[in-house]
Amino acid sequence: MNKKDVSIVLCGAAGQGVQTVENILVRLLRRAGFHVFATKEYMSRIRGGSNSTEIRISSERVSAPVDRIDLLLPFHPDALNHLMTRISPKTTVIGDRKNICLDCPAEVTEFIDIPFAEIAEEIGGKLFINIIAAGVILGMLDIDMGMVSDFISSFFAKKDEGIVRKNIEAVKLGCQRGKELLESGKARFALKNPSAKNELLLNGAETVGMGALAGGCDFLSSYPMSPSTGVMTFLSQQMENFGVVVEQAEDEIAAINMALGGSYAGARTMVTTSGGGFALMTEGVSLSGMIETPVVVHIAQRPGPATGLPTRTEQADLELVLYAGHGEFPRIIFAPGTLQDAFFLTQKAFNLADKYQIPVFILTDQYFMDSFTNIPPFDLDGIESKRHIVKTKKDYKRYVLTEDGISPRGIPGFGDGLVGVDSDEHDEESHITEDLELRTRMVDKRLKKMDLILSEIVPPEFLGSEDYEILLVGWGSTYHVLKEALAEFNNKDIALLHFKQVYPLHPGTKDFIEKAKRTIFIENNATSQFGRIIKLNTGYTTGESLLKYNGLPFTVEDIVEGLKKKLS
Amino acid sequence: MDPKIYDMGDIDIAWCPGCGNFNILRSLKLALAELAIPPEKLVVVSGIGQAAKIPHYFRTHFFNGLHGRALPPATAIKVVNPELTVIAESGDGDMYGEGGNHFLHTIRRNPNITNIVHNNMVYGLTKGQASPTSQLGFRTPIQVKGVFLEPFNPLSLAISLGAPFVARAFAGDVERTKDILKMAISHKGYALVDILQPCVSFNKVNTSQWFKENTYYLEVSHNPENRDEALKISLQQDRLPLGVIYRCVGKRTFEENVGVYDRDQTPLSLRKLDRKNSLKTLIQARS
Repeated sequence: MNKKDVSIVLCGAAGQGVQTVENILVRLLRRAGFHVFATKEYMSRIRGGSNSTEIRISSERVSAPVDRIDLLLPFHPDALNHLMTRISPKTTVIGDRKNICLDCPAEVTEFIDIPFAEIAEEIGGKLFINIIAAGVILGMLDIDMGMVSDFISSFFAKKDEGIVRKNIEAVKLGCQRGKELLESGKARFALKNPSAKNELLLNGAETVGMGALAGGCDFLSSYPMSPSTGVMTFLSQQMENFGVVVEQAEDEIAAINMALGGSYAGARTMVTTSGGGFALMTEGVSLSGMIETPVVVHIAQRPGPATGLPTRTEQADLELVLYAGHGEFPRIIFAPGTLQDAFFLTQKAFNLADKYQIPVFILTDQYFMDSFTNIPPFDLDGIESKRHIVKTKKDYKRYVLTEDGISPRGIPGFGDGLVGVDSDEHDEESHITEDLELRTRMVDKRLKKMDLILSEIVPPEFLGSEDYEILLVGWGSTYHVLKEALAEFNNKDIALLHFKQVYPLHPGTKDFIEKAKRTIFIENNATSQFGRIIKLNTGYTTGESLLKYNGLPFTVEDIVEGLKKKLS
Repeated sequence: MDPKIYDMGDIDIAWCPGCGNFNILRSLKLALAELAIPPEKLVVVSGIGQAAKIPHYFRTHFFNGLHGRALPPATAIKVVNPELTVIAESGDGDMYGEGGNHFLHTIRRNPNITNIVHNNMVYGLTKGQASPTSQLGFRTPIQVKGVFLEPFNPLSLAISLGAPFVARAFAGDVERTKDILKMAISHKGYALVDILQPCVSFNKVNTSQWFKENTYYLEVSHNPENRDEALKISLQQDRLPLGVIYRCVGKRTFEENVGVYDRDQTPLSLRKLDRKNSLKTLIQARS
């Protein structure tokens, strides 16, 4: 085996420590200088079932999932069935034959038997199987033993000394086996030029959280809901260093109403949720529009309707977010495609929410939240957080009618004026009004802000040659997989247009689409919601789609094969 | 302080003539004036309903939000700027019905806010349906056979959830309502004041006269710090007790517990946004 990247899949039951192996491998391999990408799919349960993690390791940057499995480590007998469709003659399975499959299915052509259970028994029990397995992989990749032991001791630093020692013993025994395999030529992965040193290793949840901190977020109220909770967990851990209030609300309704109260009082506030929780928040979204109070709403999508598939991925809440909240008011929706986007767009979301006094949405999904990759450290020089808050004077009026629709925003306790906000239609002093002529002017004032919002839209990213005939259109988390598939096609007739701001649309959108002979919308949903938004906004009426909605993200093969079918 | 400081001059008030809300507003202005809390330091947060219109009728900062949702923003406002006096005020339907879940959990959270509930045992603005506190047998165009849901008891619920201040007042008695409000506003931690009031338009049963006959003030001998005793009193249904039913001092507030004020007393709203140094440290730790 000799390739530029290796795709390793670990599969076990919940509770078998697959997550720990993933954590150790991605961190250590990144430290060793490899580019890594890890994504997982898991069941909505605490113990049992079949969960798998794919780790791609490469000498070049990798950030997309593939179906291909080069190396498979099954931790329980169901694992092979669970992944059957992805096992090929090129897949090497490393496992404990006695416990995994004495009589393996025909699809498994290469099985390397390592008696994990026996080795683990020698150390102190089944508990160590996963660490031994991590060792085998590290050995096969020829990672320096000293580096491995150092890492393992720091990884388990919080456990007692005996446990740390046993884990080091376990990883060493695994490494030894791995090195033997490497030397025997049985499984050789020639990964060269480690060049990713000193990069950040982050998943989507942490990155959105980091972007929020960069954006000045000092208040987050949310109700735990997979797959959005990671942002809340991350911010809780930074609570002290950054001075952030993180409050677990009693429900999503409380969460968004708290965020609006906090924002009214002058904090930069955020909520994080998923589709079902967001559905409960929609009245609050409308309140944000009416009282012109900023809030940043992060929605990590999962398949619906209703409870759907709680731990899986989809891009099917775009229209929910676009139309959420009764009445008419402006909004902005970002959908990051890369970790860089997640950081900078979340940061930007706070500035825009504050500047235009509107709700700004960050739309991600389970796949994006849970996938890890290494990236160069963020350049903080370009970012700036500007408060758009005025010190009030005695005669301050919260909703003064202005030319551009933006009424200078005061907060209570800063200046001599009084600051009122009202969910009813209101006059300039925010008192309830039924003056219907004023009502019209207030609606116009709120909607007028859209003119300015339209002047600073994040443009879509175009990849490919200018004289394309076929235009692939994607948005949000599919960026890397589309980019890799495009590179694999290597066909100058095909280009990619990827959107990270999905509403309002960039005015150049129409030109890109009109130039193409064929447009194919590629979306992780069943009805091509973004395609519909584009058609609605550009007047463009045709267009094909390549859709996936079984709860899993697109793989590179999905796109390549799917397009081949369409284009043949 | 002169209570006139809160007056708004000639304004159109949407309450019915004779409504208990007028008295509650009077008591509140008097209490605030005696406590010398200027409008610039006060935020009144309300939901929807006739009672919830109160911040439109006197000078204060205000957040008139959604139906049932006064308590979550009130909690947030207090934690973002603890220097402000925060009052969450609405009717019984808003606080105990639509906002019931927030009522439960705000008590558990214990922000230093005052929760004033105008309790007239009926829905006014939607024209006379039962509220959570409507009494058994109360007939309305919807509850045609009379209310058969057990009436909501805010007092015993609040005491059992650990609210550090629980009181009941009667709107008809401006002076004593003012005194109770003063104690509630000065109390550190969540303070509930359930104010009984007549609804002249839609509640022909629990009238001003009815309240006079069916309520009584707790004796001076009542020790509000005895929780068991307070709970017992709060459960009385035949005659409704008025006064401070339960009080405990020293319970840590939400603002104290969240940790953002441990090292720095500056309200969050007035802190600097630039965090580049902390961010750089965080990024370094991750690479």
